[in-house]
Order: sequence, then C-alpha cells, then structure tokens
Amino acid sequence: MAIDAARVMEVLATVPDPEIPAVSIVDLGIVRGVDADRSAVLLTPTYTGCPATLAIEMAVRRTLAAHGLGHLDVETVLSPPWTTDWISEAGREKLRAYGIAPPPPGAAATRLRGAELPTPCPRCGSTRTTEVSRFGSTPCKALWRCQDCLEPFDRFKCH
Amino acid sequence: MSDRAYFDYLLRLGDDSLVLGQRLGEWCGHAPTLEIDLSLANVSLDLIGQATYLLGHAGTMEGEGRDADRLAFHRDALDFRNCLLVEQPNGDFAQTIARQFLFSTYQRLLFDKLAASPDAQLAAIAAKAVKEVAYHADLAAGWVVRLGDGTQESRQRMVEGLEWMARFVDELFAMDAIETGLSARGLAVDKAALRLAFDAIIARTLAKATLPPLPSHRPVLGGRKGHHSEHLGHLLAPMQYLQRTYPNASW
Repeated sequence: MAIDAARVMEVLATVPDPEIPAVSIVDLGIVRGVDADRSAVLLTPTYTGCPATLAIEMAVRRTLAAHGLGHLDVETVLSPPWTTDWISEAGREKLRAYGIAPPPPGAAATRLRGAELPTPCPRCGSTRTTEVSRFGSTPCKALWRCQDCLEPFDRFKCH
Repeated sequence: MSDRAYFDYLLRLGDDSLVLGQRLGEWCGHAPTLEIDLSLANVSLDLIGQATYLLGHAGTMEGEGRDADRLAFHRDALDFRNCLLVEQPNGDFAQTIARQFLFSTYQRLLFDKLAASPDAQLAAIAAKAVKEVAYHADLAAGWVVRLGDGTQESRQRMVEGLEWMARFVDELFAMDAIETGLSARGLAVDKAALRLAFDAIIARTLAKATLPPLPSHRPVLGGRKGHHSEHLGHLLAPMQYLQRTYPNASW
C-alpha cells in the first residue's frame, strides 16, 4: 500500500511531547521523517537517556493505529544526532508561550564553537538573564532567571 | 560479524557508562542542593542511555540473543569490563566530582574519536553521546574550580578526592592485546594517543582551581579483565536484584 508521507506527518503532528505537551513531537524535530520504501516512521531521541523515548514511541504507535496507519513500523535513528536547531519555528513560538525559552535557530552550532548566545526571558523579553543551574527538570532544559522581572524560567538547552 | 574481541570492546564502553550511571544514581535525593541533585541525576540518565545503546549493540554483535537488559542484569561482577575508576564509591561530593571530572574528560576525547568509527552504529552512538558528555565534562570542571578555589574545607576535600581517584587514571589509557589488535584494524581508538590532550585539559583546570597537579601513584589496573574492587559487587547487587529474583520480569 502506498504511503502518503504528508498525511502521516499530519497525524504525527497531533502527538504531544509527553514532558512538554505544549509542543508536538514534529515541532521538536523528534520525527525525522517517513521512509515510504520501508513503510516506517523514523524517530530520533533528544537525549540518549531521555526517559520519554519509550512513551513517545508508544504514543506514536497508538496514534498511527487510531488513524488506520497501524501497519507502519516505528524505527529509531541516531544519526545524524538530534539538535535543537531542528525545532521548528512554530515549535519555538509554542515553547516561548508555554514559558520555556527556546534556543535561537542555529544556536547549537554556535555553542559547539564555545559561545553562548544571550537568552531572552520568555515572560518579559529582557536579555538580562543568568543561568541558575545547567540541568533543570528534564535533561533537555536548564534553569535560568531573569534579572529584570526576577522570574525563574526553563531554558531549552542548546544541544 | 561474530568477533569476540569487538564484543569485549563494546562491553568495556557500555559497562563504563552503566556502572557510572548507577553510581551517580545513588546521589538521587541525597545531593547537597536541589540543583546538584538534578545535575547528577541527569548525568546519570545520559550515561544509562549510552549504556543501553552500547550494550544493545554489543548484544547484536555477539549474536547470541542477549539484549542490553540481559547484559546489564544477568552478568556477574567478574564478567563486567568497566574501568576501576567508575566503580569507586561516591564518597563525599568532592570525590564524586573528582571521578566525574577525570572520567568525562577522558570519555569526551574518546567519543570524539569513536564518532569516526567505521562501525556506523558505534559512530552514531558516539556522535550523539559526545554532545552530552561535553556537558558533563564542563559541569565537573566547573565544580573542581569552585571547590578547589573555594573555602579551606572544600579545597581540602577536592584535594583528597583527586588524590584517591588519580590512581585509576592510567587504566583509562592502557592498551592491552585486545584493543591494540582492534586498533590496528581501525575498530578501536588508540587511547594512548589521547593522553597528552587529557593531561593538558586536566592541568589547565587544576591550575584555574589553584590546585596542585594530579599526584602520581602506582597505577591500579584490572577492570578490563574483570578483576574488580569489592565495590562493584555491592553496586550490582541492588541494581540486579529484581531481574535476578524475578527473571524476565517486565513492567
């Protein structure tokens, strides 16, 4: 049976990330695509130890089955490794609205060169922000604080 | 490919991550502050994630039907191939940081090379993990500086932590017949060649922390051959308890 990759992606765009339900797994770049030849959906983990990986795979299988696409395989691909540069523009906007500072597009490549771009506060937009802890509530987030509105906020790590 | 030497090599890589991940997990709920608790638990999670992929790959290469869980939970201490550094007890926070600093600095250099492995699956795992390990190495180096250049008490503890862990550094870079053979075939990293870069990074951080250079000890070796300290058995007992008591139990 021929696979309509665009429709599969539309269906997958309804699957929320289990830890950040404001964004979908497509927004986050966790869905790497649909391999029509092998009838497979390709997923990539954000972090190797991300505890949500299994929950995401189960949610994908459940959602595909509910849309009559249960015959598709779900495969994990590691290469190339996931990067925050794959978070879509819509995804970044949703993260910001949810109170999580998204990494600016292209920031991951910059960080590897040893530079950190300033992170605007998702509430007031101030760039006077500092890191409180490099590790936050999940592996993919760090804890930051705004020096103007004084609110703490999660920052999606550049990765 | 059924290749005992290569299987052994993948076990070494996977067991390092697994054992250190389990060790760090012991801090969960006990760390000095909430931020540190989160940091150590997250580093632990990354390492267990690496171990899952590395041991899974080892099982595939072995071809005898053992998956990552089977290898993690149903091997005895003598069959583990991790280095002795990672099985050392947590001690105080400074000792934990000393171990993390030395190991993550080494692992970052190693995975950077493994990312170019001709084994596509190992290269993919390493390329993914090295980004996480870079974070671990930076976190640990930051704490070495804060503790070393901190109070008299924190400095003393950092000195003692490094003093204990330093004896296990040579083993990280030791090449035995298995790895030399694999290295000649391009399948393993020549770790001895990473030593200069490692020493330079360590020396730079210690200088920044106003700490003395690493003490030189008689190296302690044996982990890669399964000759472990008594600590490993005590680490494995709670980790393996459930799968040993109720084999093949699942959630």
